[in-house]
Amino acid sequence: MDFILAGLIQAMELLVTGDDATWSAVMATIKVSTCSMLMSMAAGLPLGFLLGYFDFPGKRPLRTVLDTLLALPTVFIGLLVYAFISSRGPLGDFNLLFTLGGIAAGQTILAFPVVTALTAAAVEGMDSQLKLTLISLGANRRNIITTCLWEVRYGILAAAVAAYGRVMTEVGISMMVGGNIKWHTRTITTAIALETGKGMFANGIALGLVLIAIAFAVNISLSFLRKQ
Amino acid sequence: MKLIRLSKFSATIMAALVMAIVTMIPLSSATAQEKDLEKKLMMATTTSTDNTGLLDYLMPQFEKDTNIKIEWTSTGTGKALELGKRCDVDVLLVHAPDAEKLYINEGYGKDRREVMYNDFVIIGPAADPAGTKGKSVKQALELIREAKSFFVSRGDDSGTDKMEKALWNETGKPLPEKESWYLQAGQGMLATINATEERMGYTMTDRGTFIKYMAQKGGADQAPLKVLVEGDNILLNQYSVLTLDPKNCPNAKYDLALTFSDWMAGEKAQTLIRDFRLLGEPLFTPNAK
Repeated sequence: MDFILAGLIQAMELLVTGDDATWSAVMATIKVSTCSMLMSMAAGLPLGFLLGYFDFPGKRPLRTVLDTLLALPTVFIGLLVYAFISSRGPLGDFNLLFTLGGIAAGQTILAFPVVTALTAAAVEGMDSQLKLTLISLGANRRNIITTCLWEVRYGILAAAVAAYGRVMTEVGISMMVGGNIKWHTRTITTAIALETGKGMFANGIALGLVLIAIAFAVNISLSFLRKQ
Repeated sequence: MKLIRLSKFSATIMAALVMAIVTMIPLSSATAQEKDLEKKLMMATTTSTDNTGLLDYLMPQFEKDTNIKIEWTSTGTGKALELGKRCDVDVLLVHAPDAEKLYINEGYGKDRREVMYNDFVIIGPAADPAGTKGKSVKQALELIREAKSFFVSRGDDSGTDKMEKALWNETGKPLPEKESWYLQAGQGMLATINATEERMGYTMTDRGTFIKYMAQKGGADQAPLKVLVEGDNILLNQYSVLTLDPKNCPNAKYDLALTFSDWMAGEKAQTLIRDFRLLGEPLFTPNAK
């Protein structure tokens, strides 16, 4: 228990003194999770919208497959991505292994089902009269799509928040694909894993609290966008 | 688009996008430059060289002397060798001499150069319930097996793990794979030592990591685990630099790897290794020829 209190004090020290290694890990985490959150939104929003808006044969099995993808363990995704971007793998020439770019690619795969499933659910929950009302008002297809997205904007915001949380806190992909290389691919989560593995529990707690502080700051700013 | 006004929602989304683009710029331009101008070497090494802090202490000197940027990922020796086979790294710093020699015979490794050593020791609680203190390794393991005292194994095919399994083989009895007192942690050396402390059991570790563990606890007296068995010749723990065979990995930076190997065996590195101490004790002894 004592290391939790020690960790709390150390967290403040780390933040205030601007410890280089900690800030390197913080910047790495922010860079890579923002990047993968945006990429997964770019891929997941359109697909989620199509999935929620239209009815087609095979819609239910497709939803089931998508929901199953939500249960992929991060280490498993990390292993699959490693197989592809390893020097011997098909994407080896891109030199993504042991880089933040590689981690971002893996995390996008992780967050993509989250965004798609939540967007589909939000669109499905939309007022069914809206589509007919828009058509009767003479809206063209582009207007219909943008208005529907606007209508479910809070659901989409929830998808973004969920995706961000999912990628910022994962370890499996960062560890396997990034290699936990100090100053380069060491994120806060892999740093916590390392410190805990070395038995430096107070350090682990401190880094965890730094991560929570960042997540808190992000969510505070997003909270202003919510329904009052 | 008359149905959408530029509200604070859209403005915030645009701000977020700008922020994201800004954070992404250093990411891409740095790596592009790195690849073109700087010489970069990727190393796979073990947890004992990394956790002890040796590499953090030694590598900045290497970068200064040779202008080669070196990055390393620390895993068990088993995974390091695998990464080398798959050409995901350029050079290895590992400690499993038999596996290394086989590696070269199989055509994955090219040059093997011994650079430093320490020794393996068996550590356990000061109370020593199995009565292993001062005995030979073979006797100690047999005593632990008889007493069914907790023994924590690395269980991760690392250099240390391979040595431990070899020691069990020396006793002539089968590996205690499924025994209730034999715990396979599957983690790095420091994590395994900490797990051993939790269960107040025994484990085998390299002396360097043990000294680091004592330093973390605040000194030899504060550490609940003590060295109980040491000194057998079989406990020698030899670290070597392994370059990868260009025939298997044409893209591995063989010339940079050789530079690294030469530097590690050179007088400056060897002196630095000798001077790396914690609690006044050297963690590794240089022995390059």
